Amino acid sequence: MKGAGFKVGQRVRIADRTPPVHHRVPSYVKGHVGSIERVCGLHGEPEKFIRGDGKPERRIYRVRIPQNELWRDYEGTDRDRLEIEIFEHWLELAE
Amino acid sequence: MAEPWGPHDLGGQEGGPIDLAEHDTAYWEWQIDAMVRLALRKGLISDFAELRDGIERLTPDDYERCTYYERWAKSLAYALVSRGVITEKQLSDQVDAVRTRQEAEGVA
Repeated sequence: MKGAGFKVGQRVRIADRTPPVHHRVPSYVKGHVGSIERVCGLHGEPEKFIRGDGKPERRIYRVRIPQNELWRDYEGTDRDRLEIEIFEHWLELAE
Repeated sequence: MAEPWGPHDLGGQEGGPIDLAEHDTAYWEWQIDAMVRLALRKGLISDFAELRDGIERLTPDDYERCTYYERWAKSLAYALVSRGVITEKQLSDQVDAVRTRQEAEGVA
C-alpha cells in the first residue's frame, strides 16, 4: 500500500495504554512486540466513532506475536503465533 | 498484562467450558438487529463502534446477565437517549406500554 508507515517484517510494539473508550486492543497484547505480517487497509479510528465520523482513517496491520511470548507457561510449539489486527496509532517501531 | 478495559476484555482469563448449544433467533432479536441497522442508515448513531462502546460500559453484572441482543438493545437505548433522539421518559413510557399490552395478552 502506498505510503504505509510500517513495512512487512518490521518489529513493532503495541502501546500499553487504556483510553476509557472502545479501542479494539485486548489487554493481553498491550506492551508486546510482534512483526508486521501484512498491511490490511484503512478504517476509521474506533475511538473517534463514539461521537463522530472516525476521521482521519488509520491503517490497520496484521501483527504476528509468538504465543509463548504472550502466555506464561505456554505448552504449545515455538512456531505457534497469534495474528491480530491493530490500528497504526497503537504501534511504534521496536528495534 | 495490562488491566482489562471493561467486562468484555477477557482474553487470557479462565473462562470455563464453552456452551455449544444452538438456539433459534427470537423475533425480538431480529427486531433489535433491524433497529440497529436502521439507526446506522439514518445516521442516528455513527458506527458499530459506538454501540460496542456502550456494551463495554455495561457493569460486569449486566454484561454477564445479558444475552447478546440484550446487550445491543441496552447499548442502542443508551446511545439514542444520550444523543437526544429519544428521552428517557419516552423510553420508559414505551416499555410500560409494551408490558401492559403483554400482560393483557397473557404473554408476559
